Amino acid sequence: MENTKTMEPILAVRDLKVSFTTPDGDVNAVKGISLDVRPGETLAVVGESGSGKSQTMMGIMGLLASNGRVTGSARYRGQEMVGLPPKALNEIRGAKITMIFQEPMTSLDPLYPIGKQIAEVIVHHRGGSQREARPRVLELLKLVGIPDPERRIDSYPHEMSGGQRQRVMIAMALANEPDILIADEPTTALDVTIQAQILKLLRDLQKRFDMAIVLITHDLGIVRHFAERVVVMRRGEVVEQGATAEIFENPKADYTRMLIEAEPHGRKVAPADNAPIILEGRNVVVDYKIDGGFLKKRANTFRAVDNVSISLHEGQTIGIVGESGSGKSTLGRALLRLIASKGAYRFGKTDISELDRAGMRPLRRSMQVVFQDPYGSLSPRQTVGEIITEGLYVHEPQLSRAERDKRAIEALKEVGLDPSARNRYPHEFSGGQRQRIAIARAMILKPQAVILDEPTSALDRSVQGQVIELLRDLQSRHGLSYVFISHDLSVVRAMSDYVVVMKDGRIVEEGPTDAIFNAPKADYTRTLIGAAYNIGP
Amino acid sequence: MLAFVLRRLASAVPTLFIVVTISFFLMRFAPGGPFNLERPLPPATMENLMRAYQLDQPLWRQYLTYMSNALTGDFGPSYIYKDNSVAELIGKGLPYSMELGFYALLLALVGGVIVGTIAALRQNSALDFAVMSVATVGVTVPNFVVGPVLTLIFAITLAWLPAGGWGDGSLRFLILPMIALALPQLAVFARLTRGSMIEALRTDHIRTARAYGLPAKSVVVVHAMRGAMLPIVSYLAPCAAALLTGSAVVETIFTIPGVGRYFVLGAINRDYTLVMGTVVLIAIFVIVFNLLVDILYGLLDPRVRHD
Repeated sequence: MENTKTMEPILAVRDLKVSFTTPDGDVNAVKGISLDVRPGETLAVVGESGSGKSQTMMGIMGLLASNGRVTGSARYRGQEMVGLPPKALNEIRGAKITMIFQEPMTSLDPLYPIGKQIAEVIVHHRGGSQREARPRVLELLKLVGIPDPERRIDSYPHEMSGGQRQRVMIAMALANEPDILIADEPTTALDVTIQAQILKLLRDLQKRFDMAIVLITHDLGIVRHFAERVVVMRRGEVVEQGATAEIFENPKADYTRMLIEAEPHGRKVAPADNAPIILEGRNVVVDYKIDGGFLKKRANTFRAVDNVSISLHEGQTIGIVGESGSGKSTLGRALLRLIASKGAYRFGKTDISELDRAGMRPLRRSMQVVFQDPYGSLSPRQTVGEIITEGLYVHEPQLSRAERDKRAIEALKEVGLDPSARNRYPHEFSGGQRQRIAIARAMILKPQAVILDEPTSALDRSVQGQVIELLRDLQSRHGLSYVFISHDLSVVRAMSDYVVVMKDGRIVEEGPTDAIFNAPKADYTRTLIGAAYNIGP
Repeated sequence: MLAFVLRRLASAVPTLFIVVTISFFLMRFAPGGPFNLERPLPPATMENLMRAYQLDQPLWRQYLTYMSNALTGDFGPSYIYKDNSVAELIGKGLPYSMELGFYALLLALVGGVIVGTIAALRQNSALDFAVMSVATVGVTVPNFVVGPVLTLIFAITLAWLPAGGWGDGSLRFLILPMIALALPQLAVFARLTRGSMIEALRTDHIRTARAYGLPAKSVVVVHAMRGAMLPIVSYLAPCAAALLTGSAVVETIFTIPGVGRYFVLGAINRDYTLVMGTVVLIAIFVIVFNLLVDILYGLLDPRVRHD
C-alpha cells in the first residue's frame, strides 16, 4: 500500500460541476472540483451538509435527480463517464464502481428478499440465472458476517436490523469485485458499536479485494482512523486535500481548522454535593404492549425500561448514553410523566407519582423537553412567534398580547436569534436555527429542569458546537438542570458532569463523567467508548 | 391466511347487518311511499295495497319480518315490477352488469396504469401534460355526456357500432358502454399511477437499483412498478364494486338490461324492497372486494403479510 502515491489514479475527476435547475434559477452544487482516486487507497471526502460531497459522486455515477446536470470530466481507467450513455454507464456501475448509502433502512427494495436483490446484480453483470447465483450470494453473505446465511438469504429487508441491512448492501457492493467502492455516509444512521463493526468489515474487505474506497462523511473521527487521504469540501469547492495525518496536524485552510476544532470540547463542573434534588425517578419501569391485534389474546409486553433509578440535582447535567433500543429516550419521557410507567417520581419536594394529566399541568412549565428532530417538532403552519408563545397561553394566561410579544423577543434573543424571527415560519430556518427555536420554546416558560433528547444529533458538527455552547450558557445563567440524552459520546462528555450508561433498559454503569470515560468498569461501556474513539484495527 | 379470511368474513356479518338496518329505516323515513302516485289512488284501494304488502303493520314488525325473510334469501316482492321478486330482478340483471363492468374495469385498470406510467416516466414533458389533461377531462365530463357523444360519433355518424342494447352479447355491443363506464375510472387510475410512480422512482432503493447498473426496464417494471401498485390496489376494491354492480346512467343510455338502474328507480319510486336488495348487493360486493384486495396487498407487500 506504500506505493499508492506513485500509481496512476483509477478515477480521475477534473473540473467537475453539478448544477440543479430549480424554479428560483440554477443552483450550482459542485463548482468545478478535481480529485484522484488511486488503486486500493481510502480517500475521504469531508464536508458539512450542502458541501456537494455526495452530489459529486452522484454526478459521476449518473444518479442525479432529474433536474440535475453534470459537466466536466471523470475518467475511470481512461474511460470518460460524464455524458456516457446509460447502457455503457451500466457496464461500470455495480460492477467496477459500486456504492453503499447512508440509509440502510430504505436503500433495499422492501418487496423482494435480500438474496434475490444481490443475485439480480450478479445476474445482470455476469449472466446466468438467479439459481446459479445463489451459492455466490451465500458466500457473500457469509463474507459480510450475516449469521445463518442459508436462512437469511430469503429474508426481507424489514426483517433485518439497520446494521445487517448495511452488511447486505456491502455484500451487494462486493458481488462483482469492484475497483472502487463509494461509501456515502455508510455508518451515520447506525449505533457506534455497529458503526465500528461496519468500518472494520469495510477495512478487512478492502485488503482482501484490493479495492479503493471513497468515503463520504462529515465525521472527522472516522476520517482520522480510516482514510489515507482527505479531500475537504465546502460549498461545492475543494478547500484542501492531502494526506490524513498532515491535514489533521497542520490544516492549511481556515475552514479545515474550524472543522477540526468543532469537535466538542470543554467540561461541565459538577454542582455541590448538597445541591437539592429537582427531579427524581425511583425504580422506573416502562412496559410496552406489543400489539396482539384484533381478536388475538396473546398480547406480549416489552420492558423498555427495567427498574432504573435516577436523581437530577439542581444545576446538574446527567448524560444518558446508550444505543438505539437501550430505553434512554423512554426513560426521559417517563421522568416527565409523559408516558405510562411504574415507579416513584418526585419533582422538587412534590410527589408526582400519582398525578394525572390535569395534576401535572401546573408543573409542566418547570419541566420542559427539547427533541432531536428540529424539522418534525415545529409545526410548519405556525409562525415562530406563535410556536414559542403557545405555552404561555396555558401557564400564564393573564399575559397581554404585548407582554407575550415581549417575552418572545427576550426568548429569541436569549437563544441568539434575531427577534424578527418571530414573524417567520420554521421552513425559513436552517436545522441549527430551528433547534434554537425549539430551545426558545422551552426557555420562555423559565423551566427548572429540561430533558434534552438528542438535541444535536441531526446537526452538523460546527452547528452542534454552537448549540452546545448555547445550552451550557443558558444553564449557567439560569441555574438549569439537564437530562441530556444522546448516543454521541463526545457531546455527552462535553455537556454532562454525571453519566448513566444504559443497555437493554437497564443501567450498566453510572458515575461522574471523568470516571466513566477515563476508567470505565463495565465491559459494555468499554466497548462503547472504544468504538467511538478508536475506530481502526 | 385461512384464519385471516375467516376472521374477515365473520366481521362482515355485523357490517352487513348495520348497513341493512340503517338503509331500512332511512328509506322509511323518506317522505312518500311506493303507491303515492301523481293521481292519488282511492283510499280503499290504497288500504288494500298496504295490507297486501304488510305496510300497515308497525315499523318494528316490518323490520323483523324483513330481516328474518332476508336471512332465508327472500328479499320480498318488488312494489313497482309487480310480477317479480327482488331476487329475480337482481338475478336476471346482474350477469349483464357484471360482464360489462368486468370489461370496463379491465380497460380502466390496464389503460390507466399504462397512461399513468408513461406520464410519470416523462414527468413534466409535453406528453405528460397532454395525457394528464385528457385524464382530467375524463374525470370531469360526466358519462351522461360521454355516452351520447360516443353514440353520436360511432353509432350514428360513422355507423361502426350499434347504438345500444345487448344484442347477442358480442363485443360490438359492449364497446361503447364499456368506454363510457371505464373512462372516469381510467382517469382516476392514471392520476393515481402517475403520482405513486413518481414517488416510487424517487425512493432510495430505486437509486440503489440504478447505482448497480440495472437496465431502465427492470428498474421501472421490477422495482418501481410493484411498489407503485399498492395505492392502485387499494382503489381497486371500491372501483370494482361500483363497476360490477352496474351504472344507472350508462345502462339507461345504452339500454343494457342490468341492475344499475334498479337502485335509482327503486329510490325514486320508494320501492323499498328493491332498494334494500340493491344495497345488500352493493354491500356484499364492497366487502368481498375489500377482502380480496387485502389478500392481494399481502401478496404484493411482504411487510403486511397476514399470518
